[in-house]
Amino acid sequence: MSYTVDFGLVLGEPYREWIMQGLGVTLQISAVSIVFSLLLGTIIAVFRLSRVKPLVWFSMAFTEFFRNTPLLVQIFFWYFGSYAVLPEVVNKWLYRQDFEFAAGVIALTVYTSAFIAEEIRSGVFAIPKTQLEASRACGLSFLQAMGYVILPQAFRIVIPPLISQFLNLIKNSSLVMTIGVMDLTYMARQIEAHTFHGFEAFTVATAIYLTISLIVSYTINLYNKRVLRVTSH
Amino acid sequence: MHWNVITNNFNYFLIGAYPEGPLGGLAMSILLALGGIFGAFWLGLVVGLLRISKSRTARIAALVYTEIIRGTPLLMVIFWFYFLAPIAFGHTLPEAESALIALIVFTSAYIAEIVRAGIESLPKGQSEAARGTGLSRYQAMRYVVLPQALFNMIPSFVNQFVSLTKDTSLAFIIGVNELTKAATQVNNRTLNAPTEIFITIAVLYFIICYVLTALSRRLEKRINRYQARDR
Repeated sequence: MSYTVDFGLVLGEPYREWIMQGLGVTLQISAVSIVFSLLLGTIIAVFRLSRVKPLVWFSMAFTEFFRNTPLLVQIFFWYFGSYAVLPEVVNKWLYRQDFEFAAGVIALTVYTSAFIAEEIRSGVFAIPKTQLEASRACGLSFLQAMGYVILPQAFRIVIPPLISQFLNLIKNSSLVMTIGVMDLTYMARQIEAHTFHGFEAFTVATAIYLTISLIVSYTINLYNKRVLRVTSH
Repeated sequence: MHWNVITNNFNYFLIGAYPEGPLGGLAMSILLALGGIFGAFWLGLVVGLLRISKSRTARIAALVYTEIIRGTPLLMVIFWFYFLAPIAFGHTLPEAESALIALIVFTSAYIAEIVRAGIESLPKGQSEAARGTGLSRYQAMRYVVLPQALFNMIPSFVNQFVSLTKDTSLAFIIGVNELTKAATQVNNRTLNAPTEIFITIAVLYFIICYVLTALSRRLEKRINRYQARDR
């Protein structure tokens, strides 16, 4: 069997257009999931730090369960099985949307928020306990102390690990192709199906993911050096 | 709820069609994970040592390798190897082997970083003292630095093992008969119990990964205590 490597084919029309569309979907689903997972992750972290026992248990169970099961299984769960666990109203609304996209967002959000919650929690632990005690003594409630004193400081520390979680999310978003979201990976596979040049199609897609990763990690390094003044060795 | 779908197919989830047919299900996932961690450990150790070697070329090669792999989704690595094989060998590899190679290559980049960080975090006096007693660079690494560094790295290796166990689910994409594939097969056949099926699968993965996570936490505590005693 002879095989000629031909990048020109994959990079020419119409396939270049497909790749750009796929990249668009990847960036879109990643952006939406990043926003939601940051929100959910913060809530879970605050639950974990609160004194209300059921909330602490809930957030522990949440992080342990979602961190210790494969994302792919979670994606299938939300895609195939969510109707049995979500309320009727939510389901009806979901089916009227782009359901594949929505299921992908839910899966990526829930999975990533478990990791983000742990990052935020460790960031809060890095803030001296006296900060919380002092703000409580000033008459702030637990939520006020968190929102105005602790979290703003903690976030400054956890920005780099958070960004690397976001980077993981972008890479993980490649899994949503399995439920039919037409992202970059999905498009690479489509090109393979049309041209039988899978090697070139996946090399191009890999190069795009790699470019995104390198840009993001370069940004983290810059932030570490400029803002946190951490020098790597 | 249709939990009878689970009880009827539970053996299939655990070992596939074995012994009448090929091995599959959770047993296959575990085999992939074990093979993956074994291969990734040795490859990662080599790449990690290259990262801190004296030769500039070796250092840069190892750096490029880890950066490329770590910047790429595992799914891409799997597909890429899957489509590279026909070009490199002239024929396609069996799916399980193809997936195993991708898992080893992918995880080795992360192991390499653990190895590098582990060696660098060891006091520099250790290797200087070893060299001072007349050991060669290789001997100092082999008998003094690595045994201590690897011991400290055990919790990170276990964490990487957890990731790898979860990652074996991606082998499903190229058709390997592992747990996730078994779940989708049963789901396609029965159609009426997707929630039950995927919850069961998730729980099976969870049991393995949670036990490993808990183990890693205990090891971390013990190793920290051990180190504290030294100081």
